[in-house]
Amino acid sequence: MSSHPVTVTINGVEYEREVEARKLLIHFVRDDLDLTGSHIGCDTGNCGACSMIVDGTLVKSCMMLAVQADGATIETVEGLADGDQLSPLQRSFSEHHALQCGYCTPGMLMSATALLRENPSPSEDEIRKALQGNICRCTGYWNIFEAVKAVAK
Amino acid sequence: MTIAPEKHEVAVPTKTWQGQNVPRKEDKRLTQGQGVFVDDVKRHGMGYIHFVRSPYAHAHITSIDVGAAEKLKGVYGTLTGEEVASLTDPFFQLSTPPGAHIKDYALAVGKVRYVGEPVVAVVAETRELARDASELVEVEYEPLEAIVDARVALDDAKPVLHEDSGSNLMWEGVYEWGDLDAAFAEADKVVKISELHFHRFNSTPLECDGAVVEYNRGVGQWTLYTNNQFPGFAQIMMGPAMRCGLDKLRFVTQDIGGGFGNKITSHPQLVACCLLARKLNRPVNWTEWRTDFHLSMSHGNERWFLDTEVAVKNDGTLLGFRTKALDDAGAYLRYEPLGGVIWAQVTPGMYKWRHIRLDFTQVATNKAPCSPNRGYSRMQHLWFTERVIDIVAKELELDPVEVRKKNYVKHEDMPYETPNGCVYDSGDYAKMLDVALDLIGWNDVAKRKAEAGERGKLLGVGIGSTLDSGTNNFGQSRMINPELQFSGNNEVATVKLDIFGEIVVTLGTTPQGQGHETTAAQVVADILGCSVDDVHVRAGHDSYWNSHAGFSGTYASQFAVTGLSAVKGATEMLAEQIKRLGSVILGGVPEEALELAEGTVRIKDNPEAALPFMACGAIINANNAGLPEDLDVTLNCRYVYRPPFEVPDVERKFGNLTLTYAAQIHAAIVEIDPETGYYEIVDYAAVDDCGVRIHPQIVEGQVMGATAQALGAVVHEAFEYDEEGQLLTPNFYDYHVPHALDMPPLETGYIESASPFTPLGTKGMGEGGGAGIHAVCAALQDATGHVVYDSWNPYKRVWELVNKPRDVVEVTAA
Repeated sequence: MSSHPVTVTINGVEYEREVEARKLLIHFVRDDLDLTGSHIGCDTGNCGACSMIVDGTLVKSCMMLAVQADGATIETVEGLADGDQLSPLQRSFSEHHALQCGYCTPGMLMSATALLRENPSPSEDEIRKALQGNICRCTGYWNIFEAVKAVAK
Repeated sequence: MTIAPEKHEVAVPTKTWQGQNVPRKEDKRLTQGQGVFVDDVKRHGMGYIHFVRSPYAHAHITSIDVGAAEKLKGVYGTLTGEEVASLTDPFFQLSTPPGAHIKDYALAVGKVRYVGEPVVAVVAETRELARDASELVEVEYEPLEAIVDARVALDDAKPVLHEDSGSNLMWEGVYEWGDLDAAFAEADKVVKISELHFHRFNSTPLECDGAVVEYNRGVGQWTLYTNNQFPGFAQIMMGPAMRCGLDKLRFVTQDIGGGFGNKITSHPQLVACCLLARKLNRPVNWTEWRTDFHLSMSHGNERWFLDTEVAVKNDGTLLGFRTKALDDAGAYLRYEPLGGVIWAQVTPGMYKWRHIRLDFTQVATNKAPCSPNRGYSRMQHLWFTERVIDIVAKELELDPVEVRKKNYVKHEDMPYETPNGCVYDSGDYAKMLDVALDLIGWNDVAKRKAEAGERGKLLGVGIGSTLDSGTNNFGQSRMINPELQFSGNNEVATVKLDIFGEIVVTLGTTPQGQGHETTAAQVVADILGCSVDDVHVRAGHDSYWNSHAGFSGTYASQFAVTGLSAVKGATEMLAEQIKRLGSVILGGVPEEALELAEGTVRIKDNPEAALPFMACGAIINANNAGLPEDLDVTLNCRYVYRPPFEVPDVERKFGNLTLTYAAQIHAAIVEIDPETGYYEIVDYAAVDDCGVRIHPQIVEGQVMGATAQALGAVVHEAFEYDEEGQLLTPNFYDYHVPHALDMPPLETGYIESASPFTPLGTKGMGEGGGAGIHAVCAALQDATGHVVYDSWNPYKRVWELVNKPRDVVEVTAA
C-alpha cells in the first residue's frame, strides 16, 4: 500500500504525516492525529457524526481520503470553543438539551456552524434541511432545531 | 398531581435543586468533543480486531484456514472457533430445556446460524490491515436450508438449528389468570383476530459496540474499556465461560454513544477480545462497523399473536382475552428467553380486564440473536393490547376514546393489583388521555377529515398507550426457569468528603445520555445543603470502584429509582456522619441542633458557629489525632438500595414484577395519499407521567427520543430478511432511521403522580416510546377504515391496506 506525505492545518495547528493512500480522512484525524472529537456512526456516509469543515466547506470526513485533504485547512469540533469559553451554539445545545449521549453532537455542531455562517438567519425549514445529513438517535431532533434557532440572528 | 403542558423553563434557584433544569454536567465535555467513547481509548502496541463473518444463514463449517492471513506482514494473530471451544465453556443458558441445551460460544463452532455470525477473529496493526487479512481467511461451508419465518420453525420437515436442543423450540410457557370460561360465557361478543405481527427492528445507537481490552498477565486480570451497558450481566455470562472469577474482569466506561438495551449482550465479542489480548500479549481494539451491528447485534424480538379471542360486552366492556404469542428469538439465546416473561409486567396494559391467557412459544430462526431493545418485550405486548382495543372499538362501532375510558384502571383504584400480581403504583390514565386529546386538537378532527377528503386524502387519528414498567424484580426469571437463583434488584452509590472538602460521588450505572451525573448531583446537593456545582460525580463506570453490585448498569427504566435512591441513601449516611463530627468539633453540641448549609455544618441557632466541609474532610482524612476513639466517622459512605420485592409465585406465575409504572399516552394524526400509500404524520402529542421529575428537561428529552424511535420503527425501520436469510437492511442506506426532515410537529404534556413506593416519589422512565407505534397504527386504521395487522407500516403496506386489505378479524356472538 503506497504512502504519501500529507500536510493539513486543523484548528490552526499544522500536522505533517505519511498516510496510506486508502486511509479515510476521519481515520487519519482520529487515529493518527488523536483528535477524537469527531466520531464515526456508519460505513456509508449517512450519519454525519464525522462532519468537519474542510477549506470552508462542510464535508463528511468518512467520504474523503486523507490524501485528498493535503494542504487543506480543517475545522473540527475541538476548535469551536474559545479556550474554555463555549461558542454560543455549544452553549445553546446545552441550554436546550439538544444532546443526550453526545455522540452525534460534534458532527451536528459542525453542520449547524456551517449553516449559520452561510445563512445567519435560517428559517426552521432551512435548519431542518441543513441538518438532514446528521443522524441523532437520542433526541428526535426537536431540541436541536430549537438550539440552532436560538442563536440564529 | 400537577397538570400542565410542557414548557422549557429557565432554572430558577429555589429551595431545592431537584425539580430544576440545571445545566447538565456532561454537556461541557460532550459539546467540545472531549467525551471519551470506547474507540477514543488507545494503548501502546494495540492491535485491531476484525471479525470474519458468515455469508450464510445456516451452514456447516467444513474447514478454516488462517495460514495466509497470519503470514501477512503486520498481522498479529487470529482466533478460531476451535480455539474458543477449547479455551472456554459455552455460555450459561437461562432457559429450561430445550433451549438450555444450546451451546453458544464467542465464535461459531462447527456451524453458522445467521448471516454475519463471527467465525474467525483477525488482529493486525491497523484497522485497514485487519480487514485486508480477514479477506485471506479461507472458510469452506456446506450450506443448509435457512429458517426465516418463525411460523414454520417447528415444522418436522425443517432443519434444526441447534442439534443439542433437538428442536427449534427454545422455551414455552402458559400464562393464565382469572376464569376464561366464565369471561367468555359472560361476553356478548367474541372478537377473533387470526394474526397480528410485531416486526423486527432495534434502536441502532449511533455508536456501535466496541472494546479495548488489555490483559495483565501477572495478576491474570483483564481490563475491558467497553460500552457494554450492563457489566453485571456481562460478567456473570463471561466469568464461568472463561473459567475465571468475576474480579478478573474489570469493566470501565466513560461515555457511551447510546445504548437502548442494544449494548447489553456484547459478551461473546468481549470474550473473543479477552482471549486475543491474552494470546497475543497485547491490548486489542474491537470497534464494530455499522454493517456488523445491523447483521449481528441485538435485534428486537419479532412476535406473532395468533388465534386471539377477546371477550367483550356490547357496551365495550372488556372481560378478557386469550392469544398465542410466537416469539422469534433469532439464532441464539443471549438474553432470551427472558422476553418470555418480561411482557407479563404489563399483562393487562392500562385496562381492567381480569381474565387472560397467553401461550408463549419462543423459537430459534436463522436471523441475528434478539436482545433487549428499548421497551423490551413489553412494547410487543402493549402494541398487541392497544391493537385489540382499537380493533374491538372498530368492530363494535364504538368510540376508541370511550372504550379506553370505560376500561382504564381508574385513578381511585391505585395502587392496583393486576390479575398476575403486579402492582401499578399510581397514575391517572383518563386524565392523561384528556391532555393528549387536547394537545392533538381532537375536537377538530372531523372537520379536518372532511377537508382532507376534499383534497383526495385520507386523514385519521389514533391513540397509543404504554406502561413503562421500571425497576425489575429479577425473581421473574424464575418463571422462565425455577432453578435460577435471581430475585429482587439493587444499585449502589458511594458519596465521600475528601481532604479539601470535595464531595465525590460514584455510581454503579453506565449512562448513555440520561444525565446521571447531573441528577445525582441534584439529589446530593439538596441533602448536603450545597450547590450542584460543588458535587463531583465521577463519569462512567469502573468495577474497580466499590460502587457496583450484581444488577448494576443502565437498563430497564430504573435510575430515578434504583440509582438515585442509592445516591440518596449514601448521602444521608454522609450527612449524618458530618453532623456527628461537627458535634464533636463544635464542642459537644447535640446533632439535632446542627444543620448542613452553604457547604458547612453549623449550629442552627448560631450559623456563625460553622465547620466548613473542607475542615471536616481534612480532619478525618489527614488531621485526626486526638479524635474520640469511638467516633465512627469515615466520611466515605456506601449505600445499596434494595427495592422491596418478594420472590414471585412460580407455580401461579404471580407476583410484583416491577416497582413502578410510568405511563405514556400518545396521539397521532396521519394523512394518507390513497393512490400511493405515502403518508405523513401531520400532528403528534405525547403525554408522560413518570412521577416526581428530578430534571424535567431530561425527562422531556427521553420522551422525545423514545417518540422519534417509535415513529422510525412504525414507518421505516425493519430488519428484513430474504428467503435465504440475507439481511436486506444492513446499513443506514437501507435501514432508514428518522432524519431532521422526517420529524412531525410535536406537543408534549405531563402529569406527575408520585410513586408511593420509591424514596423520591420518582418512577423509572425512558422506554415509553412504543406508544408512538400504537398511535400511528391506530391512526392508519382510522384513516383507511381497515384493520392494521402489523407494527411496520411502510408506504407499500399502507397502499395494500387501502387497496387490498386483509381480513384478519371475525366477530361472533358469544
